[in-house]
Amino acid sequence: MKASHLVVGFGALATVAMAAAPASAATLDTVKSRGQLVCGVNNSLPGFSAPDEKGQWSGLDVDYCKAMAAAIFGDASKVKYVPLTAKERLTALQTGEIDVLARNTTWTMSRDASLGLNFVGVNYYDGQGFMVKSALGVKSGKELNGASVCVQSGTTTELNLADFFRANKMTYQSVVFDTSDQTLQGFESDRCDVLTSDQSQLYGLRSKLPDPSKAVVLGDVISKEPLGPVVRQGDEQWFDIARWTLFAMLNLEEAGVTSKNLAEMMKTTNPDIKRLLGTDGEFGKQLGITNDFGVQIVKAVGNYGESFERNVGQGSPLKIARGLNGLWTNGGLMYGPPIR
Amino acid sequence: MNQPPKPRIKPWNDPRIRAWVFQILAMAFVIWLATTLFFNTLENMERRSIQTGFAFLDRTAGFGILFSLIPYEETDTYGRTFFVGLLNTMLVSGLGIVTATLLGFVAGIARLSSNWLVARIAEVYVEIFRNIPLLLQIFFWYFAVLQALPSPRESIRFHDMVFLSKRGLYVPAPVAEPGMGWVTIAFVLGVVATLLIGRWARKRREETGQGFPIWRTALGLVIGLPLVLFVLMGAPLSWSLPALKGFNFVGGGVLLPELVALWFALTIYTGTFIAEIVRSGIQAVSHGQTEAAAALGLKRGQVTRLVVLPQALRVIIPPLTSQYLNLTKNSSLATAIGYPDLVNVFMGTTLNQTGQAVEVVAMTMGVYLTLSLAISAVMNGYNRRVALKER
Ligand SMILES: N[C@@H](CCC(=O)N[C@@H](CS)C(=O)NCC(=O)O)C(=O)O
Repeated sequence: MKASHLVVGFGALATVAMAAAPASAATLDTVKSRGQLVCGVNNSLPGFSAPDEKGQWSGLDVDYCKAMAAAIFGDASKVKYVPLTAKERLTALQTGEIDVLARNTTWTMSRDASLGLNFVGVNYYDGQGFMVKSALGVKSGKELNGASVCVQSGTTTELNLADFFRANKMTYQSVVFDTSDQTLQGFESDRCDVLTSDQSQLYGLRSKLPDPSKAVVLGDVISKEPLGPVVRQGDEQWFDIARWTLFAMLNLEEAGVTSKNLAEMMKTTNPDIKRLLGTDGEFGKQLGITNDFGVQIVKAVGNYGESFERNVGQGSPLKIARGLNGLWTNGGLMYGPPIR
Repeated sequence: MNQPPKPRIKPWNDPRIRAWVFQILAMAFVIWLATTLFFNTLENMERRSIQTGFAFLDRTAGFGILFSLIPYEETDTYGRTFFVGLLNTMLVSGLGIVTATLLGFVAGIARLSSNWLVARIAEVYVEIFRNIPLLLQIFFWYFAVLQALPSPRESIRFHDMVFLSKRGLYVPAPVAEPGMGWVTIAFVLGVVATLLIGRWARKRREETGQGFPIWRTALGLVIGLPLVLFVLMGAPLSWSLPALKGFNFVGGGVLLPELVALWFALTIYTGTFIAEIVRSGIQAVSHGQTEAAAALGLKRGQVTRLVVLPQALRVIIPPLTSQYLNLTKNSSLATAIGYPDLVNVFMGTTLNQTGQAVEVVAMTMGVYLTLSLAISAVMNGYNRRVALKER
């Protein structure tokens, strides 16, 4: 049996069996005394989480890990990144191998309700799409009857695929691989006519092909994939820190605070911004972190919009438009509850 | 002669009884430990609001599986995905064991050949494939197979009945019509009857020396009888022909590239180990046996077949058994190339969709344990049959 599966399996058995102490033993204290936040991320997903040649991690999900470390330690470098495959990620969080999971993970009811986990919020609104060989001349997902589809194991993608074909009374053949690389290789070697995954990843995967013009990404979006960070259930304080880290990034953008204008903003008299930056009130303290956690976050990764543009937007090779991921004030879905 | 009366031992001093008591105590302790651990785990998981129990096996799976030996649809249950995966594991392991054994015996005997070229080829084969990690070999065969084959539209075809492409080898598949059941029953009866008659004939030959035309009888019973019935029933069999419709072939039966690659890799890899086992087994047969057989006028081939191999088997079987076990366990590498074995389907997709890691992993481990024990039992039985019977 593949070692990693066994490790996860035994890990699950052993850790859960031994951990007689209730899970609510404060995660914040553990993290602080360890001096490091352990964050589960994707092993290589351009724009979301990938290490460079020097082993420096970057991406939208990675920025979330950094923001959390900044909020807790005032130092975004105090993160240990644990790369996980789709199959391993949720078990790794359940067993306490990681403190928080930020790995393009779709918020679904069963994951939220039956795994002892809690979704913190949404840091990217995604949807599932298809990439097909250009030579097939296909224009829409509805023309894919009988196609062979490469898909990654342990994802919501696998189930949506079945639903889509069933709903449209079409048949398909799914070839299920463990990693994104193998899935792409299956597509490249023509084992499959179609590769399916979250839309945000299709363009990145397409750019990895030797000749990207041989493949096209179809316009169809067949599912809702709200991706967000996840923590273990049972530690409300930790859950709140994770959630307000995300909200702070959104509120910083909404208030117009950026990593560039921070110095001026510190002098503002606007009460909303003063609370956000901790110059007024004791908001961080209520969570067990410093009051200026907003400042630390914006220093480390900027506001949500800056992080978005740098990693997946115009400042990146992916050039994804804000769309649903814009602020609610701009017609998007991103909305941070008020800090007061 | 008068034996001195055996001194009566108190039961607690009797070493046999003591041994039993200790065994039972140790066993009870292990069982207690295992159950406590298990229930403790479940309790802890419940406290953390992680779902536990086996109720998920009855829920709808909702995902498709590439290949199944039993009818399977997305609307079937997770429980059924278990059997789909299990059968696919057994299929590739079974095929692999047969071919690896054949290849291993041929290569092992070839290594001892007096023909220099044959011996060197066998040696090179063993040395190369034994030393490359199996996973790499699986990837190699998979992508080599895929590279070499044409796309479905340009598939290699024979009389529009057999198609070979990247999607696999599609062949006409027999479809049973009503009445085929009787033919099958006749076939099974024929096989059983042949076995019984064979046994009786052997016994009679040993007792009376009289022969019996067993081969002709077998042919009549196993082939003739069902054939007659088949014709009488009006040939209750039709063929489903594969045809290219849109992207893929529909109808017919298929040999998937994933299965072929995995089967190939397992055969070639395990074949090397079996070759070495066979070689050492043959070398363990004393030279005197070979010479004695030659002195009786047996030909070289006959010496190997009738004298050397039967004795070598006694040395070969135990390590061969562990190769079979290895092959079965190694088949779980299937998941790397998307062959839907138990690990890919059940411990992969099902585990992730249900999140019930403990239950799923326990069931999967149970399967590999059971398969291993079954193979061991069969091989041990065979071993006892070929073992030297001291008379
Ligand atoms: N959002 C989906 C899919 C997440 C996922 O794992 N996506 C795959 C591609 S479909 C991926 O990120 N693969 C990258 C890798 O494993 O390296 C989920 O949560 O199940």
